[in-house]
Amino acid sequence: MAATTTHDALLGETGIPGELLPQRYDGPRAFGWWGMVWLIGTEATLFALLIASYFYLRFRNGPVWPPDGIATPDLALPLIMTAILWSSSIPVHMAHTGIRAGNLTRLKVGLAVGFVLGATFLVMTLGVEWPEKLDEFGPTTNAYGSLFFTLTGFHGAHVLAGLMLSLWTQVRAWQGAFDESRHLTVQNFTMYWHFVDIVWAFVLATIYLTPHL
Amino acid sequence: MVAGCGGDTPSVLDPRSDDARRVEGMWWVLFWISCAVVAVVTGFLLAAARRRRAELHVDDQIDRRPVSWGDRFVVIAGAAVPGGILAGTFAFSLVVLNDMGSGDRNLEIEVEGHTWWWEVRYPNGAVTANEIRIPVGETVELALPTADVIHSFWVPELQVKKDHIPGADNRLSVVADHAGRFRGQCAEFCGLQHAHMEIMVEALPADEFDDWLQREAQPAPEPDGADAADGRRIFERASCAGCHTIRGTSAEGTLGPDLTHLANRETLGAGVVPFTPGALDDFITNPQDAKPGVSMPPTELTPDQVDAVVAYLTELE
Amino acid sequence: MTATAAPDASATTTSTVERLEAVWAEPPGLGSWLGTVDHKRIGLRYFYTGMAFFVAGGIESLLIRTQLAGPDLDVLGPEGFNQLFSMHGITMMFLFAMPVLSGFGNYFVPLMIGARDMAFPRLNAFGYWVLVASGIFLYSSFLVGRAPNNGWFNYVPLSGEAFTPAINIDYYAVGLIFLGISSTGGAINFIVTILKLRAPGMIVNRIPIFVWGELAMALQIVFALPALTLASVLLLLDRKFDFHFYDADSGGDPLLWQHLFWVFGHPEVYIVALPGFGIASAIIPTWVRRPIVGYTYIVIGELSVALIGFGVWVHHMFAVGLPNITLSFISLASFMVAIPSAIQVFAWLATLVAGRPVLRAPLLFVLGFIFIFVIGGVTGVMFAAIPFDQAVHDSYFVVAHLHYVLVGSAVFPIFAAIYHWGPKITGRLLNDRWGKVSFWLMFVGFNLAFFPQHLLGLFGMPRRIYTYDRDLGWGGYNMASTIGAFILAVGILVTIVNWFHSRTRGAPAGNDPWRGETLEWYASSPPAHYNFVTIPTVRGREPMWDQPELAGGAQPPEDGGRPLTEGHATLSTSMLDARPQVIVHMPHASVWPFLLTVALLVLAFAVLLDNWALSVAAVVASVGGLVGWYWPRGQTQET
Repeated sequence: MAATTTHDALLGETGIPGELLPQRYDGPRAFGWWGMVWLIGTEATLFALLIASYFYLRFRNGPVWPPDGIATPDLALPLIMTAILWSSSIPVHMAHTGIRAGNLTRLKVGLAVGFVLGATFLVMTLGVEWPEKLDEFGPTTNAYGSLFFTLTGFHGAHVLAGLMLSLWTQVRAWQGAFDESRHLTVQNFTMYWHFVDIVWAFVLATIYLTPHL
Repeated sequence: MVAGCGGDTPSVLDPRSDDARRVEGMWWVLFWISCAVVAVVTGFLLAAARRRRAELHVDDQIDRRPVSWGDRFVVIAGAAVPGGILAGTFAFSLVVLNDMGSGDRNLEIEVEGHTWWWEVRYPNGAVTANEIRIPVGETVELALPTADVIHSFWVPELQVKKDHIPGADNRLSVVADHAGRFRGQCAEFCGLQHAHMEIMVEALPADEFDDWLQREAQPAPEPDGADAADGRRIFERASCAGCHTIRGTSAEGTLGPDLTHLANRETLGAGVVPFTPGALDDFITNPQDAKPGVSMPPTELTPDQVDAVVAYLTELE
Repeated sequence: MTATAAPDASATTTSTVERLEAVWAEPPGLGSWLGTVDHKRIGLRYFYTGMAFFVAGGIESLLIRTQLAGPDLDVLGPEGFNQLFSMHGITMMFLFAMPVLSGFGNYFVPLMIGARDMAFPRLNAFGYWVLVASGIFLYSSFLVGRAPNNGWFNYVPLSGEAFTPAINIDYYAVGLIFLGISSTGGAINFIVTILKLRAPGMIVNRIPIFVWGELAMALQIVFALPALTLASVLLLLDRKFDFHFYDADSGGDPLLWQHLFWVFGHPEVYIVALPGFGIASAIIPTWVRRPIVGYTYIVIGELSVALIGFGVWVHHMFAVGLPNITLSFISLASFMVAIPSAIQVFAWLATLVAGRPVLRAPLLFVLGFIFIFVIGGVTGVMFAAIPFDQAVHDSYFVVAHLHYVLVGSAVFPIFAAIYHWGPKITGRLLNDRWGKVSFWLMFVGFNLAFFPQHLLGLFGMPRRIYTYDRDLGWGGYNMASTIGAFILAVGILVTIVNWFHSRTRGAPAGNDPWRGETLEWYASSPPAHYNFVTIPTVRGREPMWDQPELAGGAQPPEDGGRPLTEGHATLSTSMLDARPQVIVHMPHASVWPFLLTVALLVLAFAVLLDNWALSVAAVVASVGGLVGWYWPRGQTQET
């Protein structure tokens, strides 16, 4: 979250004679960091409850899962998508460490590569994985279909939100808003992006892996 | 306090079965513990009020002496003593829970919840609505399915409640140790006429119950007299038969209550009005007056036709 | 709100005040009115808005009680009754109790911890506008005669498309998802504010208990509200797109709704109760002239209630047919949750007995709260006992219990707070005599209204019935209850009149009319835009009692007061030991939170009416609103 400064000095006077305190900060000293932590906390709860709902309905449905002759989900495509999504965290991380070292190029390149990888994941979800599943069953077929599309769709929506945050961060990067001491937006975007990647591990395990157990 | 539960009041404090007595006994234990707790707290509040001073002044001396007994008091009165009482109550409640619903089931009755009435089915094929008859002293198991939304079966003098839930197989055992009539009604909000979803359990001596059950399983009696015969024909041809069953006739609808022995019932519309020929006439003419929102539409029959149908239905004993 | 009453008129103070005034004052005008980020203006708006909904919910309850006054009455009809009891519950929980308690938090948390604003002032403004918008949204349902009609608990399948096809339930689901944005944003704001903006020296064990209460509430919102949001989203998917989450015939389960709803719904009770506990703990010491007894135990108690509160949701489902072993675990947790509440009650009693109480309106309301809450508490313990719960579940016994708990722990503390903190807000004292009249009317009216309902429950009267038969013998108790409800309403009205009369005509309050112990009394009444001339350094749990230099309203720099006049800034400190860390420059007023809210309101109506083109447009507009919010302008720079 951007804050306003009336002058550009790194240190400011508190009014106690001789006492100076920093006016820039990152990491856990920044409110924005804390805001993002709690936003992620409440979002993670939402995912946890959705996954709990999946297992609740699964165990209410008896031993055959997926039900109604729906095939156990194939793993090849989801694992490729997983590789793509998770690999996007690397350039995003490098963008963050880059700007902390004052390297704008690494920031811009890292964000752009991360964006492309994330977008590829989303396109594969909507363009390949979903159409394949829709040939077999839809969200209105039964509760399993509702769960499948809601859980993957909900995660996809988070990827989309992350991509839009990335876009915003890139616009700001090209405007020259960041340097080694000012990059709270980058930091918050990075944290959100890693969250979206980590949540995917749980979605993957729930939707794709556990039916094979 | 018990004064209010005379007459028709279906009171938890007026138990008529072992389970209901267990609940009542539990209530009095909880009640006296609660009285003691409230009395102690009130005592402290009154003691504080006795120490009051008349006015507040900004230059009042603030008493900064530590309250030497304070922390110990909070731990003992706030945690240790309540903890002991709560642990005891928890154990007691588990013992009661374990005793509930024991006994061998001799008879299973299916009580299906509908918006807003109950269908009651006996193993011998007898089907009725809103009035359950059971034999005194025998443990009856009620299966509690629902045809639509969630309902909850509650007859306070006999048993705790249990919900009718789509997709669940809920059961409740009931035993009445006296002959008598016990009122109850749906306890889970089920829509517009949740208030008018009454159930009546009547406990009969075993031989009376057997006779009743035999009769109730019979098909409807043939109409007696021209009016009633007309009424039956009209009933079978008009939309009545689309929703109602009268066993022994061509009326086999399943949306509404089975009317095979309608004239044996005490009320219409799950308790909205007492069963009388006049009330039946009004109910058929426009059920929406007696029970707004009920699925049954105002009749398309002429008043004469309604009279004939009423003549027929009032014969169905 | 008018400007500052200048404290000590030394030359330095005067120039400090002038500079602070120049930086913090919000100019008059519409833009400032829509864009304000002042936590006091926002807090007061929360308060007024919540109280307006309190009146609306109160009128609904009086209509309900009129319908039930005698057997077989036909005042409302079944549909009207069902809409009114549903909206009564929704209003009192979401549009009255939460906003008013958040409002007090918004107003007083920064003051009590010595900060100049909340951590995210624009998020704060946004949360308020979303509350107003979702209130308008939910109440617009009355205009089309389609208010939510299946209760605040809204069980499926009744609330599914098959049984309630009209938009009543869409109003419910969309409205509560929308409102959730406000509550979640507000909660995150409270947490960060309390963790990071405390005055130097306000180490963890010096945080005022009211602030702990707001923190516990905020933590519960963050982790409980997603359950309601998820339940509502799944319900909308089922209703609008034929998904099958709650459909038993296609592999769903109606009990999933009940689990999700009560995972939220039970903590919601504590969300409403914990700030009320905090208010009691804040008021008692001032009015007995003695510090609170058992501070640490009270704080641990508040936090444990918040924690254990997540483990008891199934006790709302003891009659759905779950196995006894499951019920037993939940029963145990439900018994246990009584202990941290008992700890707090006995800490208050100890403080009251150790001190010398002054029985004016604020303390009377607190004493009334303790009495009423304890009755609600003991009946709550009864529900933990499974067989008894199964007997009286969904009966009027529950109605009585929940009103003893919620009116006890929310309404009475709120009224105590009105009399205790009103002078800080308006700068003028409320009339104490009318305050006492109001208290006694409310106390007698409340008990007359709700005590007989215990008996009605035992005598077999189920909840949510719009009428009952004369033969059942329930008429007398219901009549008593109705009479009590009207007496309660008169008592509430007395305080409302008292407030509006006193805010212009009451005696001037001065900074600290009661000689309170915490930092809100360090500010002027009403507080200046910048709250404090100097951000104080605190040296104890009751700074106003321990540090005489605070009495002037401007702790001098040699005692640790920091004027911090360089910019629109406040001081951030370390989380546990509150050492000064960073000067934080706060955002200025902005109209974008308001504009974003308008876009979201359009989105809510578009979803309600299945207008997907408009929905997409509204989403795009909302993204535009966010960009506008964060777009750098003027001297704004990235930090």
